[in-house]
Amino acid sequence: MARLLPFNIAVVSTVFLFVCTKSVCCNNGRRVGDALDTEFSGFSVPLEHSFEVDDVAKFRVRGALLLKAGREPSVLLNQNQLSEEDRTKLKEVAAVDGLYRIQVPRVFLLADRQTERQMEGYLTAFVRACAMVESHLSDSITLHTDVSGYLIGVSIVTLPGACRGTEVEDEVDLEVFNTTLHVMPPVNATGPGTAWFIERMEQESEKKSKNPQEQKSFFAKYWYLILGGAIFLMASNSAQPPAGGGREQS
Amino acid sequence: MEKLIVLCLKFIILCGTVDAVFEDQVGKFDWRQQYVGKVRFSHFDTHMQSSKKVLLATENNVFAAINTRTGELFWRHVDKAGQEGSIDAFLQHGQDAVLVVGDGRVLRSWDINIGGLNWEIVLDSGSFQSACLVGQQDNVKHVAVLKKTAISLHYLSNGHQKWIENLPESDTVDYQVVYSGGNGEVYALGVVPHSHITIVVYSVEDGEVVKQISVEAPWLSDIQASCAVVDQGILTCVDSATVSLYMLDLHVQSQMTQIPLQSLGFEAAPGFHPALVSTQPNPARPPLSEFFLQLGPEHYLLLQLNNGQIVTLRDFKPAMLVSFATTGEKTVAAVMSPKNKTASTLNLFSAETGRRLLDTTLIFNMDPYGGKPEKLHVQAFLKKDDSVGYRVMVQTEDHTLTFIQQPGRVIWTREEALSDVVTMEMVDLPLTGTQAELEGEFGKKADGLFSMVLKRLSSQFILLQAWVAHLWKLFYDARQPRSQVKNDVTIENLSRDEFNLQKMMVMVTASGKLFGIDSKTGSILWRHYLDDIPSNAAFKLIVQRTTAHFPHPPQCTLLIKDKDTGLATLHVFNPIFGKKSHVTPPTMTQPILQSIILPLMDQDYAKVLLLVDDQYKVSAFPSTKNVLQQLQDMASSIYFFLVDSDQGRLSGYRLRTDLSTELIWEVVVPTEVQRIVSVKGKRPNEHVHSQGRVMGDRSVLYKYLNPNLLAVVTESTDLHQERSFIGITLIDGVTGRIFHNAVQRKARGPVHVVHSENWVVYEYWNTKSRRNEFSVIELYEGMELYNSTVFSSLDRPHAPQVLQQSYIFPSSISAMEATLTEKGITSRHLLIGLPSGGILSLPKMFLDPRRPEIVSEQIREENLILYAPELPIRTEWFINYNQSVSGVRGIYTAPSGLESTCLVVAYGLDIYQTRVYPSKQFDVLKDDYDYMLISSVLFALFFATMISKRLAEVKLLNRAWR
Repeated sequence: MARLLPFNIAVVSTVFLFVCTKSVCCNNGRRVGDALDTEFSGFSVPLEHSFEVDDVAKFRVRGALLLKAGREPSVLLNQNQLSEEDRTKLKEVAAVDGLYRIQVPRVFLLADRQTERQMEGYLTAFVRACAMVESHLSDSITLHTDVSGYLIGVSIVTLPGACRGTEVEDEVDLEVFNTTLHVMPPVNATGPGTAWFIERMEQESEKKSKNPQEQKSFFAKYWYLILGGAIFLMASNSAQPPAGGGREQS
Repeated sequence: MEKLIVLCLKFIILCGTVDAVFEDQVGKFDWRQQYVGKVRFSHFDTHMQSSKKVLLATENNVFAAINTRTGELFWRHVDKAGQEGSIDAFLQHGQDAVLVVGDGRVLRSWDINIGGLNWEIVLDSGSFQSACLVGQQDNVKHVAVLKKTAISLHYLSNGHQKWIENLPESDTVDYQVVYSGGNGEVYALGVVPHSHITIVVYSVEDGEVVKQISVEAPWLSDIQASCAVVDQGILTCVDSATVSLYMLDLHVQSQMTQIPLQSLGFEAAPGFHPALVSTQPNPARPPLSEFFLQLGPEHYLLLQLNNGQIVTLRDFKPAMLVSFATTGEKTVAAVMSPKNKTASTLNLFSAETGRRLLDTTLIFNMDPYGGKPEKLHVQAFLKKDDSVGYRVMVQTEDHTLTFIQQPGRVIWTREEALSDVVTMEMVDLPLTGTQAELEGEFGKKADGLFSMVLKRLSSQFILLQAWVAHLWKLFYDARQPRSQVKNDVTIENLSRDEFNLQKMMVMVTASGKLFGIDSKTGSILWRHYLDDIPSNAAFKLIVQRTTAHFPHPPQCTLLIKDKDTGLATLHVFNPIFGKKSHVTPPTMTQPILQSIILPLMDQDYAKVLLLVDDQYKVSAFPSTKNVLQQLQDMASSIYFFLVDSDQGRLSGYRLRTDLSTELIWEVVVPTEVQRIVSVKGKRPNEHVHSQGRVMGDRSVLYKYLNPNLLAVVTESTDLHQERSFIGITLIDGVTGRIFHNAVQRKARGPVHVVHSENWVVYEYWNTKSRRNEFSVIELYEGMELYNSTVFSSLDRPHAPQVLQQSYIFPSSISAMEATLTEKGITSRHLLIGLPSGGILSLPKMFLDPRRPEIVSEQIREENLILYAPELPIRTEWFINYNQSVSGVRGIYTAPSGLESTCLVVAYGLDIYQTRVYPSKQFDVLKDDYDYMLISSVLFALFFATMISKRLAEVKLLNRAWR
């Protein structure tokens, strides 16, 4: 039994890892809509893309975003494979330095009903098609929400991001998307760190009070200076001749 | 630990640059100009014959006294901005000036001699209608204030309320005017539009209603616009529909008597609403029986009411402006009539007879670059021979005040338009003639070796000549006392100085008047009034060609956009001389959404201005073939963004080769939650010298220097102090990628933002702690650069590291800007305009998110200051010492030719110009630098080496012989 335990942990951790990657990464090859998890209490919106040689946007479905509503919205992505036709087209677009665009509808992640979720309009973003090709369809999509859970923007970048003009084997590399997906709610900006500063001030004053040198009274500390000053004053007074009186007489 | 702190403190003190000026430097590098704004009411101080004051109450909520001899301010009081401090009425009696301020909120009395406050009382609430002085038996002791629902009487001596009475039927009757003729009664005149006039008469003594009458007047809707009280309390009104005068004796209840103007033999100009001008020289006596009737834009009649009969004293046609003035017992009428295109004449007429007074002609020369006269303010006085003399202050459409004396000598001019500067630019001055000559040599095409040599020789000779002349001038000036040396700057001798410290300030004011101001002295070198500017225009000033491209003249373009319709016009001009350029700007028929200045230049070195209209079509200015060709080549790399704050939409576009555009990204901020208040990019002329920061361990932290980065500031629509927040979003303007999205909770605007280099600084109001706070965001790429040679927004896959820190600031602020220098080597300071009138130069060092909380060896190595939550305000950081700048609305910074020096202009009600040295003057020798000592030491050393060399040689020779 004791020998089995490490193995169990290993299994659990692999499963866990798999789950983790699943929640962040998309899985591929499934058709949209045919495998929507029923227990996943979210809703789906289409992720659309467009790449045309003449750069007139014609959006088609690339995959589906499964959005899970709640305090901490999470997102899953189901994506289609690129068809043969699309692959050639993408390469053509890349050759003329066209754009690869994506769009998602504006949604409200925290609403309970489907009708409240969707809003008019889309959010769009783009990368250069050549970067998409040369990175072998590995991209990173970020969905930005605002404080109340409205989707405000979408960003897409490819990794690597440069276009160097390298040849790409379409059969192997341009079939499946390798996408990383994030949802970014706004971060809370920090205020001035007063509490910490006050704490530090208190600590210092405490330290000061602990120090016996500091605890002495004013006179105890500086008696020699005061004494010296007094002696000096007296000395200077007695040394002074009664000049004032003399002047008055003259 | 303690020692460390002490060490740190010492370090801070040593590090903190001291920017204070020395006493002898006051006014040497800086100047301030104080303004009052567009004049609403004015009174000449007449209670003393020798007085030389004119009192002005202005639209900028300023009450001021101006010296009529020089045009300078005696004193000035600036009230709160906006409706709260607006001056509704201004009454003057003797030494007292009574003001009603803030829609009848406050009644104030000022002593006009010294500008001190006599008293101030808060009035009961209610919207203000009218006020007048109330006198009895030649004694003025009270002031009456009429509000929407009540009338009150106050003592002039201490402001105490004598009585207050509610107005009868104030929910239906619109009371508009209060009048007193000095007979112990106060008349409140109200109107029920298109029905009748109501007159309520109160007794001055106890506020008892003496009489209340109402008279049918179905044609009347506004008393103030069409009526006036003349003679012994006769309400005279003019009706444009029937073209007739109506009269009503306020003392006896009667019908209004109608006198058709045709019976007098006059007709009103079609479409013009006639108006009446009457005068009441002494509030304790009834008004004069003479009054003006304006029948057309340039047609006035001087009429007299004589026993109920109207007598025409004189017909003024053409007459642009008229005004009454009284001195002693004499009342005169000043009439301005056009003479020719550039001048008009003023004449005085006796009000009683309408006869022209002898030797009272005054010629007013109109500025061809100014506006038309709008208002006359006449100061009449009695000469020794008892005849009437006068001076006149003419107010023109461009808010200029010109004070003129007979026969047309301008005593002073005040450009009050400068109290409302909207935007400005600083332009380098052109080269001198000789420098230009030399420059021109390179510009021309080569035509033979010999001629080139000759040309070079001749230009060198000219330079030599200029140098000798310069030396001679220096020598000549040195012999004269310093005060006599005059360096008058005129538009002819303008030229760039050695370090490019003197520039031309091009200022655009809300009135539509443009100014060219010399930055060294503050003197106005040119002015140009643009008439036909819509009242709610937005301005954008663009420098299309600088002075660097001789012989092409510099060129500025002003984009004037009507905020309602979105329609825009362009005004192209030479920023040095102010002259309108011969280049014809394109006429735009579509509303303009965005204007972009591109770094592209046409063959004449003018930068290309792109204008995006509401069809998302782009037009270029200048649009020569060359430019269009360049645009086609560059189109795919030209991106721009549009902001629609009504819909919360930010969208990015790319230019196509056919100058159409395509939408490439879109970010939508829901307007139900927050609204976009400002979008700030970086300044295009900004240079960053160092790519990174050296850390304590000698590694480099690279800055994220994205020139396309935008800082978008949003404010929550919910203003509850617990739920309100402000948002800061950093977006790339090309790709629309959001790098950072943060909210500052429990915060509220107004937010001031500065965005520069790799940092964004913003200031907001913390609703929970009730204080102002600063926050700084800095962006870093990390320990290594992604691509160190070139920056492209399209190829930066890694998001930058974001660091943020916040601080408490002990004051609210009214404007903020960062210093700017030529090469960006000098450390940066933030220039903060405070409501107190100070301009604070806060080192950016204090706003650094890497300020540590605990000291360590590496931190000390890096020169970081320990974190303290509060930002200090040190008095030596005020760059304007005691020269307070009222109501700062903007701060403009410009680099100079010296890397250490940044030119600063703060504008608001006042204008203040100075120089700042954020890292002290590291590239300038001090004024008291000892040239003698250093040169004598040098010479001594030189001779010492010569002598010792010689001695050594002798010694060597001797040794060799031995």
